[in-house]
Order: sequence, then structure tokens, then C-alpha cells
Amino acid sequence: MATQTTQQPDVTTSMTVIDGHALRIPMFQLLDQDGVPHPDVTLPELDKELALKMFSTMQFIRVLDERMIAAQRQGRISFYLSSLGEEAASIGSAAALQFEDMIMGQYREQGSLAFRGFSVEQFMNQLFSNAKDLGKGRQMPVHYGCAELNFMTISSPLGTQIPQATGYAFGQKQAGEGHCTLVYFGEGAASEGDFHAGLNMASVLKVPAIFFCRNNGYAISTPVAEQLAGDGIAPRGVGYGMKTIRVDGNDILAVYAATQEARRLAVEENEPVLIEAMSYRMAGHSTSDDPTGYRTRDEENAWRDKCPLKRFRQYLLSKGWINEADTDAQQQQVKEAVLAALKEAEQVPVPHIDEIIADVYDTPTQQLQQQLEALKAHVRKYPDAYPKTSQGVK
Amino acid sequence: MAKMNLLQAINSALDVAMAKNDKVSVFGEDVGHFGGVFRATSGLQEKYGRQRCFNTPLVEQGIIGFANGLASQGSFPVAEIQFGDYIFPAFDQIVNETAKFRYRSGNEFNVGGLTIRTPYGGGIHGGHYHSQSPEAYFAHTPGLKIVIPRNPYEAKGLLLSAIFDPNPVLFMEPKRMYRAAVGDVPEGEYTIPLGQADVVKEGTDITLVGWGAQIEVIEKAVEMAEKDGVSCEIIDLRSILPWDADTVVESVMKTGRLVISQEAPHTMAFGSEVAATVQEQAFLYLESPIMRVSGLDTPYPLAHEKEYMADHLKTYEAIKRSLNY
Repeated sequence: MATQTTQQPDVTTSMTVIDGHALRIPMFQLLDQDGVPHPDVTLPELDKELALKMFSTMQFIRVLDERMIAAQRQGRISFYLSSLGEEAASIGSAAALQFEDMIMGQYREQGSLAFRGFSVEQFMNQLFSNAKDLGKGRQMPVHYGCAELNFMTISSPLGTQIPQATGYAFGQKQAGEGHCTLVYFGEGAASEGDFHAGLNMASVLKVPAIFFCRNNGYAISTPVAEQLAGDGIAPRGVGYGMKTIRVDGNDILAVYAATQEARRLAVEENEPVLIEAMSYRMAGHSTSDDPTGYRTRDEENAWRDKCPLKRFRQYLLSKGWINEADTDAQQQQVKEAVLAALKEAEQVPVPHIDEIIADVYDTPTQQLQQQLEALKAHVRKYPDAYPKTSQGVK
Repeated sequence: MAKMNLLQAINSALDVAMAKNDKVSVFGEDVGHFGGVFRATSGLQEKYGRQRCFNTPLVEQGIIGFANGLASQGSFPVAEIQFGDYIFPAFDQIVNETAKFRYRSGNEFNVGGLTIRTPYGGGIHGGHYHSQSPEAYFAHTPGLKIVIPRNPYEAKGLLLSAIFDPNPVLFMEPKRMYRAAVGDVPEGEYTIPLGQADVVKEGTDITLVGWGAQIEVIEKAVEMAEKDGVSCEIIDLRSILPWDADTVVESVMKTGRLVISQEAPHTMAFGSEVAATVQEQAFLYLESPIMRVSGLDTPYPLAHEKEYMADHLKTYEAIKRSLNY
């Protein structure tokens, strides 16, 4: 808890106006662009099994994203948000957590959920809003959530999850079982008032939370220079009295190491931590966005060279933990599994019409039951107008 | 039984809830050691410690965002917003997050443990930002419950229900009655069900509907009307969402007349919903138009507070207009 003391500043007799850019925070990096460790760095202890799980999760998410962008283009799903280019940020951080730690996301962290064990079928059921979707087909595609995997359901309003993470972590601290909460958000969402609220409260109340900012350069079409004037998001953490680190978001080893240390600080010392992961949003913001209207191919190509998959792949090859042939074969298997799951999920019907009133409250109110009965009578009268549900109300 | 004012009843409810379940915590601006600007949380930090009763930074969206997270973790947070007038920075967290948490996740997660307490209402020279009655803004939000008590006994019983209800509840306290209303209140635990209106007084000629501090106003008007020989039925809605339409409709079927008296500005106040529903469900029983007595469609004024308010005289005149129609 906060102390009762009043803060007393040091006195100076020389008028000092501190420059807004005085605090420059460097970016922590372990692997260079070609996957070669910098000289004299201490790499995190990472056993082969975990490293391969991280890599295969990256491969899976890359395939899923590319396939589902195409599926949206074909009109098979209504919407999609890819995480192309940012796989290391979500997967590297998730790998550094304990399974019991809560993850709260924005919507571009499917890698974390996959790392936790969300199956390709579960991804597809949500994307197709079908009867097997854990969210009962109520939210737009990519708004995943799974209580069993300690991954909080995504919502569209930006930044709202940030103070929620502070509250969740406060409960974990009260419970005293040594768990923490990691919350993701983009650099655009960090302009919301909820960012300020969540970080300030976390510092004052000393909760075991990790605030993980994915700074990918753009909020839809708005470049970061039109988002903020300071040195990115990281210096704000210092302003809140919060431990802070900036990391290369395309270097999965650096992300993993930074998140491991953040978790230690959060859980062992109740010190919330801000991590800013620098990366680049390789695709459009969503399938409803065309980035050619606001940035150049040259810029995108420069970042393509910094691809996080390529970098980690090179590192694993140099360690002798993977070989090219096996990796290519694995890639092909993933593609087939994704396509098979897509075709299967597409055939599953929508949830039953009764689900339209369930879960508004713990049990439907009398008014809701009356509204459902009236709706069913209407669907019975005009079954052809409501083909998705009319079978279920006969 | 003990004599308590409405604040003491609130404090007693919080005390009972915190003693009963150690996952109940109380927080907001100035609620810690100081005990709240109205003293509603007085003594709770001393009794339950700083982890369960504490101050937050001054940020309403943060208080409710934090509370949503804590509730989703399985706790029973009781968050205080210092005045209902300052709940709007948290409107997004309440409407888009709190209210939709269970539905949007397919019941994977919920914030059912959450209760938001806030003082509301005028009559205390509070001007624009210490007088508002914002219940109608929230009544348009599926997933929320809204509860407003009228006296100390009701306040404690309804608050205890709200805290342990498996749904998030916005609990609005009539601050004009905080010290003005005194009554017998059991010292231990008891509950009053949510979603049920209370027939405060039975009558046969006309039905009066209100909630919170307005029940006292209605009672004064009814006293005048009964001197004229009019038999009045008074209904305290108690819950604004979900609300007990059956009790109101049944009463109007008996009396044939309805006056709704409310503090909030007239247009789109909750009385509009009550009037529309009664008109739909009791059309053939109505002997006069449904009358609404409300605040004016202006910001809450300071100098003209008395003129602005939906007071007992305006309510009395509405009763007469209904009867003489």
C-alpha cells in the first residue's frame, strides 16, 4: 500500500527547465537482425523444448494470420486482425509467465493464447461465431477468451483492460498465491485515459502487474509521431514511479528475458513493471484497412528484413535445434491443419437462438424471457427470413 | 434494532458484508482512514486493514476499471464514486465493460461481485455537480442492475443484497436523506430482494410511483391529497433495472390513474419508461393520462433549486390534474 508520507522535493537555486526529451531509454536487444547473439550478452536460460514450443507457436500464428486474412478476403469470415510481424512480442512474453498468471489483451496477441494451448479448432470456432465458440458467437472475430487458459476475453474498447489488469493483480496480491497479471496494449491505446489510470493506480497500490506495450509504429493510419511527442511510451513509466524497460519486440529472446525479470519484480517485490516492445505492424490494421494509403512499400520492406520468425529461426538453426527440412515440413503440416479446421468450423451452425438472452445477467430477467418468446414467435412466422435460427425454434 | 440514519445503515451494511466475506473490499476517493467525505466508510480501515478499505488516486475511470478487474478475479469490490455527478468519466467502463462482461465472454468471465456506490440527488444546494440523478443514463444498459433505497432500513437490506448479487449493481444513495432519514435498522445481516417494488401505502383512487428521496416528497403530497379525500397508493420502485413492472401495472389496473414523481430532468427520465410500459399493459384501465412530475430540462440550478425541484406541491397538483381530468 501507499505510504502516508508527503513527498519533499530537493531544492535548487538555479532555474532548471528539464527538456521533454531528456530521458532517452535504450532498447534491450540480445540477437542481432541475423539471429546472432551480440558479443558478451547473457542469454536467458531456455531449454530446447521451450524454445521449440515458442518457435512452433510463432509458425502457427503466422500461418493462421495469413490464412484468415485470405478467408476474410473470400468472404468466409466477416473480419480479421492479424499480428504479422509482432509474433515475438506476444509469444516471448507469454513464455516467460507461469500458466496461472492472468493475461489480458488488446486484440493482436493471439500468439499468447496459442502458446497457452488454445487449439486451432477453438480459434476457428470463435472466428466463425459458431455454436462451439466459447463466447457463444456474440463478439466479432479475434475477440478470444478462455477462463481455463487464464486469458481474459478481449473487448473492442481500447485501453479498458489496463486498469482492469491493475484490479485483477490487486486480487492476486490479496490472495497471496504468487501470481501476476500481464496486460497488452498498443502505443495508440496508451493515449487513452485508462492507460494513465491503470499505471498510476498500479504504482500507488503496488500490485503484481506487467504492462506490456506493443509499440508497432501505427494506430490504424496514425503514425507514432502523431500519437505522442516524447520518447515513446517507456518514459511515462518512470513518471509514474514504475520500473520500466524498452525491448526489441522482434527479438524473442530479449522479450523473454525482459518479461522474466518483470515477472520476478512483480511477484516477489510487488513492483509493477512497464515493458515497451518496439516492433512494426507488418499488415494492415485489420481486414477493413489498406495501409498503402498512408505508408510506403520501402518502409514495409525494411521491416520485413527484421522479421522475428526469421531471426529466431536463424538462431535455432545455429544452435542445431532445428534443421531446414524438418521446419519446412512442419510448416506444411500447420497449413494443412489450419485449412482442415477452417473447413470444419465453417460447417458448424450458429448458437441456438436462446443464447441471445443468456448471460446478460446470471439468469434471464422476466422481461428478457418475454422478449425471447416474442422473437421466437416472430421467427416461426417468417422462418425464411431468419434461416440461421429458424430450424431451432420449430 | 438500533436507531440509524441512512449513512450509518450504509456503514453497517459494509461492516456486515466485510465481516461475512473476506473478499469484500471497499475503495474510492477518501474512503480509507478518513472514512469518506460523507463518513459512509468510517472505521472500516481500522477494523479490516488497508488491503480491504483504501484510498485510490483521484480517477473515476480507474476506480471502476480497477473494480471490474478485481471483480473478474472473484472478489466482491464495493467501489465508491464520490458524487453521482462524477460517475461519467467511468461511463465507458460501466456501460461497455461492467455491463457486458458476462455476455461477451459467453460466461467465461463475469464481474458479478461488483457494487458501485454513489450519492445522488438534489435539495442540498449542490448546484450542477453535486445534485444530479443520473439513473436513466444507466437504465438503458442491459447487464446492469440499478438500486435506489429510500430510508435506512431499505438501504442496508438492499445494499447487502447488491454486494452479494451475482450481477454488477449500481447502488445510488439519496444524499439529501443521509442524515435526515432516521429509523430502526437491525444490527446484523438481513436482505431485501432486488428487482421488487414495494407498496409503501395502499390506496384505491390513484397510484404514485417514485424512488429514493422522492418517496418522502410523494408522501407529503399524498398527505395533502388524502385531506381532500383521495385514496393514494404509493409504490417505491427500489430497483430501476430490472424494474418491477408487474407491481406497478397491477396497481394502475386497480386505481386507473398514475403519477410518476422523479428528481431527474423530464425528457427521457426513467418515468418515461414506466409511463410507456403502463400505457402498453394497462391501456383499457387508464382513466386519465399518465402524469410525470420531474425536474426541468435544464442543468441543476443553484439559486432556483426550490423552483426546479419536483417537490410535493407540484406532485399534489399532478394528483389533482389526474383526478379532475
